[in-house]
Amino acid sequence: MSKAAPQEAKVAGAKVAGVKVAGEAKVGEAAAPLIPVFIMGKRYEVPETLTIQKAVEYAGYQYIRSSGCRGGICGACATVYRTKDDFRLKIGLACQTVVEPDMYLVHIPFVPANKKVYDLEKLRPTLDDFKKIYPGVFRCLGCNTCTRACPMGLQVMDYIQAMKRGDIEACARLSHSCIMCGICALRCPAEIQQFNVAMLARRLTGRYLYPRAEHLARRCEQIEAGRFDAMMEELLMLDGPELKRRYAEREWEPEPYENPNWHPKDTKYLVLGDD
Amino acid sequence: MEASAQGYPPRLKELIKPIEQTRPERLAKVRRGEQFPQLDAQGRQEVLAGYHPDYKAGGRRTVRVGPNKGETFHDEVADLIEAHSRLDPALLEPLLREPDYDTDVLVIGAGGAGSAAALFAIGQGAKVVLATKLRHGDSNTVMAEGGVQAADRPFDSPYYHWLDTMGGGHFTNDPRLVKVLALDAPLVIRWLEGLGMMFDKDPDGTMRELKGGGLCRRRMHSSADMTGAEIMRVVRDEVRNHPDEIRVVEFSPAVELILDEAGQASGAVLYNMETEEYSVVRARAVVLATGGYGRLHIQGFPTTNHYGACGDGLIIAYRAGVPMNHLRYAQYHPTGAIFPEQNFGLLITEKVRTLGGEVLNRLGEEFCFPLEPRDVESALIIRECGERGLGVHTPAGQVGVWLDSPMIDLLRGPGTVEHALAAKYIQFKRYGIDVSKEPILVYPTLHYQNGGLEIGEWSETRVPGLYAAGEVSGGIHGDNRLMGNSLLDISVFGRRSGLRAAEFALSRKKAPHLSLEHVVRYHGELAEAGVKGRRVAPMLLPDYTNPAVKARQLGQLQCGTMRTRSLAQELPEAAEAKAKSTKRTSRPKAAQKK
Repeated sequence: MSKAAPQEAKVAGAKVAGVKVAGEAKVGEAAAPLIPVFIMGKRYEVPETLTIQKAVEYAGYQYIRSSGCRGGICGACATVYRTKDDFRLKIGLACQTVVEPDMYLVHIPFVPANKKVYDLEKLRPTLDDFKKIYPGVFRCLGCNTCTRACPMGLQVMDYIQAMKRGDIEACARLSHSCIMCGICALRCPAEIQQFNVAMLARRLTGRYLYPRAEHLARRCEQIEAGRFDAMMEELLMLDGPELKRRYAEREWEPEPYENPNWHPKDTKYLVLGDD
Repeated sequence: MEASAQGYPPRLKELIKPIEQTRPERLAKVRRGEQFPQLDAQGRQEVLAGYHPDYKAGGRRTVRVGPNKGETFHDEVADLIEAHSRLDPALLEPLLREPDYDTDVLVIGAGGAGSAAALFAIGQGAKVVLATKLRHGDSNTVMAEGGVQAADRPFDSPYYHWLDTMGGGHFTNDPRLVKVLALDAPLVIRWLEGLGMMFDKDPDGTMRELKGGGLCRRRMHSSADMTGAEIMRVVRDEVRNHPDEIRVVEFSPAVELILDEAGQASGAVLYNMETEEYSVVRARAVVLATGGYGRLHIQGFPTTNHYGACGDGLIIAYRAGVPMNHLRYAQYHPTGAIFPEQNFGLLITEKVRTLGGEVLNRLGEEFCFPLEPRDVESALIIRECGERGLGVHTPAGQVGVWLDSPMIDLLRGPGTVEHALAAKYIQFKRYGIDVSKEPILVYPTLHYQNGGLEIGEWSETRVPGLYAAGEVSGGIHGDNRLMGNSLLDISVFGRRSGLRAAEFALSRKKAPHLSLEHVVRYHGELAEAGVKGRRVAPMLLPDYTNPAVKARQLGQLQCGTMRTRSLAQELPEAAEAKAKSTKRTSRPKAAQKK
């Protein structure tokens, strides 16, 4: 085999520490029994321990679409499948779902949707403004198919219902773990684009419903007024030993559960007093 | 969501017991304010020298071409350096005369840094083409979990942020870049807040801030454990609100930069991976924001990185004359999941430790301060599993240590894990493991490209008109990055590169003549240095095909097809040997059509 294909690469963790640590495709190799899966209807035998994503690669495919973070957070690899003798259409992320015998599967790499163009600065966090952009939420039938389809286990219908009540913040909070794979929108019989609705709800919440961080605004003003420039220049002038001394001796803030009322002894390099 | 497995098997459940036995005493210690002692500078150096994967010799070679000629790099990087272009420059000549896109600023890479650069460039009145290899937002940005640093609390200041960052990088960082990072940090957080990012806040708007490894103050801003994903969602949404000013071109990686006769960056050649067409973008300035190289599997390690993280930008800028720095040490994140197998290599955010999760050996003992800088923490875990033999073995033969996440709810109240670590909670719940009640098995995993292309304070490179931002650049983090400085880096230098690239673009004329002459010269250097074979770079995508199948993919030996990319990893001798050996390969057992 080639010198450095990842799965064949020298096992460096082992060299360093005497432990087995291998590249991506090592998982579920040889020892695991093979099971049949049907990739878009075509039969392959793959180790039973693999995720759908690794199984498809094992079979010889090289992804262009449908592979992203490979850690369940990017929404690239939503997959629809049925297993033998089960009428249900199941949905999972290919990178997070383990193969099953006789699984029929297809990836959904892209979901057509109409993200609306808007100027956040011209919107208000009201249902009236929201309706102008995504009026579709009012078509919700309350069937809960979206929730059952969500690979992140979100209460999708609940956040759409929250939006219908005008509770933008609840919609934002309930949808915070959304990875925007779009499966909800594909399954919705009312043809709502839940994931786009949630995106706008979150931005309105972050922009208008959460209070601004005043300490942040104040710090930005201090920086723009050059209040830290002298101390930063001082740092650039330090020689190595002095730098290391300051680093070693810097005062350590305790964790809040230890001492919530901590006050630093050394305030020379802080900008206090205009609070 | 379907739960597809039954949690820890009985044998591992048995191995959790020592953790549970020592937990009450450990909790009491934390509540008393006692902690496992941190290493001093000398202790850190000793541990690194003994156990860090990159402090030992081997796995490296000296490169024979380019701006860093004569310096040593990881073999995986050297393979990219000593490789040919995917293009025959002569074939591109007609395309260069009639560019497919004409724009002010070309941004290559549409993760966090590239998207920020695009937004700040249009703010200056420039038109932007934003080209990316996969989807808009496919990047390591979406995978950054724990948070983003900015010294904005009264008892903190950029002074301490600077000191922490320099110390974490063992004082090898470029001090001027760190100054920019620390001073710009609150400004970019304010920008993100204004775009509607949902930061974790108290009801009065005060940011809820935590520490991270190597931080002397609480400075970590977060959005649950999806901080990077939230940044990406918001910034991408904003880019999409400017369709007339930013043209997004997906599934089209840049495979070479284009210069003009004066040597100024003037565009790039894009490769549409789906139709296999090449096209030419003419631009008056270029921002490279292509991210890191985790998918090269440096030293054979698994990685937390995104599928597309193949170091493409490094190599195309290198050919254009930009040197690389600080690539001697890759960052191995101390806590990658090793169980269940489906989560193997998955990043377990440092936030688990900042919230109070402790790292424990098989006896349930602490063996390190949980918030050492990442390289030191990783080396300590490797020592515990290796030389000290106190690791925990999984059924698949991996070794790791426990990360005691149940400490978090006990210290901070029930429900903290489910909310503050929502994504992690879901990712383990799928496999029947409740990380608020059961610990997580972890081992270091390849996480971050500490160094990269040399840049100045405004993200400028040595090539006029070429800017680099984010993980592709080097110097900000020195030899080791701290938690919360990568999401910061992409925002600070994304912004700076966008502003400055727009300014540069609007002050120059369109390049009258587009050239790939630097590629021709590079090929000449390769020939002169005796580098033979057909290895090409950038590699674009990794290939995880089962070796038995790969051996029968004979088309991969033909240049010009998608499968060419696997050649990026092969030495010519190996490719030839394989061509011979395929004759003898018996029919693979698995993966054949029946």
